[in-house]
Amino acid sequence: MDSGTLFNLVTIAYFISMVAFFAYLAARSKSVSMVATLSAFVGLVLHTTALGMRWYESYQILGADGRAPLTNLYESVVFFTWSIVLIYLLMDLKYKQPSIGAFVMPFALFGQIGAQMWLNAGIDPLVPALQSNWLTYHVITCFLGYAAFAMACGVSIMYLIKIGKEEKFEGDPSEMPGVLGLFPPTRVMDDINYRAIMIGFPMLTLGIITGAAWANYAWGTYWSWDPKETWSLIVWFIYAAFIHARFTRGWVGRRAAWLSIIGFAATLFCYLGVNLVLSGLHSYGGS
Amino acid sequence: MSEKNTSFTDQIWDFFCSLKLTIIIMLLLAITSIIGTVLQQNAPAAEYIQEYGQANYDLFVKLQFIDMYHSWWFIGLLGLFSVNLICCSIKNFPRVWKFVKEPQLVASPGILKNSANRAEYSVKEDAAQISRRLGDLLKKDFGKLTETEVDGKLYLFGQKGIYSRFGAYMTHLSILIVMAGAIIGNIFGYKAYVNVVEGTSTSQVWSRNGQVPIDLGFTVRCDNFDVSYYPNSRRPKDYNSDLVVLENGQEVLRKRIEVNDPLTYKGITFYQSSYGSAGNPFFKVRVTENATGKVMDLNARQREQIKLPGGYSFLISNFTQNDRQFGPAMQLQINTPDGKRGRPFAVWKKFPEFDIKRGGTFSFALIDYEEPQFTGLQVAKDPGVEIVWLGCFLMVFGSLTAFFFSHKRIWVCLETEGNKTKVQIAANAHRNQPGFSLAFDDLKQKLDATIENKSPVKEG
Ligand code: HEM
Repeated sequence: MDSGTLFNLVTIAYFISMVAFFAYLAARSKSVSMVATLSAFVGLVLHTTALGMRWYESYQILGADGRAPLTNLYESVVFFTWSIVLIYLLMDLKYKQPSIGAFVMPFALFGQIGAQMWLNAGIDPLVPALQSNWLTYHVITCFLGYAAFAMACGVSIMYLIKIGKEEKFEGDPSEMPGVLGLFPPTRVMDDINYRAIMIGFPMLTLGIITGAAWANYAWGTYWSWDPKETWSLIVWFIYAAFIHARFTRGWVGRRAAWLSIIGFAATLFCYLGVNLVLSGLHSYGGS
Repeated sequence: MSEKNTSFTDQIWDFFCSLKLTIIIMLLLAITSIIGTVLQQNAPAAEYIQEYGQANYDLFVKLQFIDMYHSWWFIGLLGLFSVNLICCSIKNFPRVWKFVKEPQLVASPGILKNSANRAEYSVKEDAAQISRRLGDLLKKDFGKLTETEVDGKLYLFGQKGIYSRFGAYMTHLSILIVMAGAIIGNIFGYKAYVNVVEGTSTSQVWSRNGQVPIDLGFTVRCDNFDVSYYPNSRRPKDYNSDLVVLENGQEVLRKRIEVNDPLTYKGITFYQSSYGSAGNPFFKVRVTENATGKVMDLNARQREQIKLPGGYSFLISNFTQNDRQFGPAMQLQINTPDGKRGRPFAVWKKFPEFDIKRGGTFSFALIDYEEPQFTGLQVAKDPGVEIVWLGCFLMVFGSLTAFFFSHKRIWVCLETEGNKTKVQIAANAHRNQPGFSLAFDDLKQKLDATIENKSPVKEG
């Protein structure tokens, strides 16, 4: 079996997981949510294996020039989806709120499908500029950060869906009818939003710093205001504003949720939009 | 008059200390930064005029959008950001410092009554004994307890993680340090480039903006330049230059640099960035005089007339790296003694015997050629870069401290009431209150078990 086949299995596992999470919202059955979480977990294990295998395959194809699978757009998307599921499952250990899965797994599944369908999965040798350990650190930290922001965004969307209805609902919110009753209490969602950003923000900070260190090694400038760098700074400012607004001005609830969604939209633009819409240094190798 | 003055300065001070301002500046920086990612920066004027028209271009110039990250308003925004940061820190720091200098050893009645996390017991034991036992129990979570006696009551106080209060200040300081490093680099450093032809040296480089020459103060020689390709591919794997640093003609440093592995000497760093052909290749040509079998090895450059015996001469009129799959080939022309120029013909390096078949007076073979290349070096001097890295380190360290650790405090008041001792406990954390509440509930169970083997009088 090669990593390509394994990645297909991963996509299937995430698909099953997402469908099961939706089914859970409809059926309210605990065993369905177990199936959903379990398939996400199985998917993550397969995914980890597939990443390792692709790493190994790169040595078979390129000999001594093999490298960690973190160098082109395909590999970055596949690593991004891995990070999303990892962060989700870690958060799930703590909060045990399976309804969140229905809002986070779609990000992972769409990323996975997009990568399989549209992106070039070939293992190509690296141009000299990309041959640096900093690249590995840079990609890992950035995408763990992005994944945490994805999680925060998913929870914020749920929050905004629920809060309006909850305010109109008379009685105990945990007894709200329909899907909303399954959503975590709004207070908990607000907390998860904030905690996910607390993880994502230092990761993004590290991502920007490792990127700067790499640029300094390769070109002698740690910051040149190219569009990718600038957008990562924009994202950083948005989340820094989020943190300060929360710590010091008590921005919680709706405003925090909106800021988190805007932050993730900016994150996605930084990741994909800059490459597709704007031009710059980061062209992700040959893809 | 003077009172009005102070209130005015107070207003300014409050404005600069305001956190609303902080959030507004952060969002403004985020929004304005977008301009420079949409509008190409530092392109020639003609490009803007062609794409946006003259009127828009004039507007861009007026608003300094062409180089917006160095515009007065963007720099101004960054300046305001720093002033805001400094003022906020000056205003809030004394409050934090007080936690260190004057820890609140004695709990106020308010703390004991209103804390979210508290417990109360009544125990048949004397205060000293309870204090000892509490000291053992709480040591792990709150460090060594400090005892204070006031009005016949024994107060205990313990805390852990006070350093986390400084996390935010460290983070803020780190931002100023990064900015200071960037400013130092901009003022005392430069970004330049230079192209060095193999075998030559230079002691000057060219500034990247403005193309003014900069003296290095030493000499750099490039002995050799190589590109290596991946097997069966035109994709370059590495570019390498063998660089030698010379001071007063003496070799002081030698390094083979490649992309991602530069050479640094006296604070100036040379980065491999590009390469290219440096003009005329140099050929080794073997000429055989067919009549006599005499063999001559000659050196030639393109378009250079080379004399041959008997009044003949030849020149290399053209050269290609790859002629129809046959590899490198040169094109020759022979001049006869009466000055007539002959028809051009090709000689392939791969087939040294082939030219004999042409049946001329001389036959030619291309033994070897060398195409001199130049190595393109980015040159940077940045005395601020270490300061920037220091700032970055502090930023990560400081924000992790601020986010993930909290200052936890506990107060105990022991009051003798007849033959019993009333025990009041209150605790708080400056961050992550829900998590701390859970931990405190655990602690309370332990307290229940240790202090009171019986049930507690009142739950907190
Ligand atoms: C103009 C810029 C800034 C100003 C004026 C500012 C001001 C403040 C203030 C007054 C606090 C509350 C401190 C306290 O609770 O004792 C704070 C908290 C914090 N700031 Fe900033 N800040 C700025 C920029 C930043 C940036 C860019 C970061 C990014 C890493 C940052 C990270 C933090 C952290 C981690 C905290 C939480 C600390 C805490 O509440 O204990 N700050 N900031």
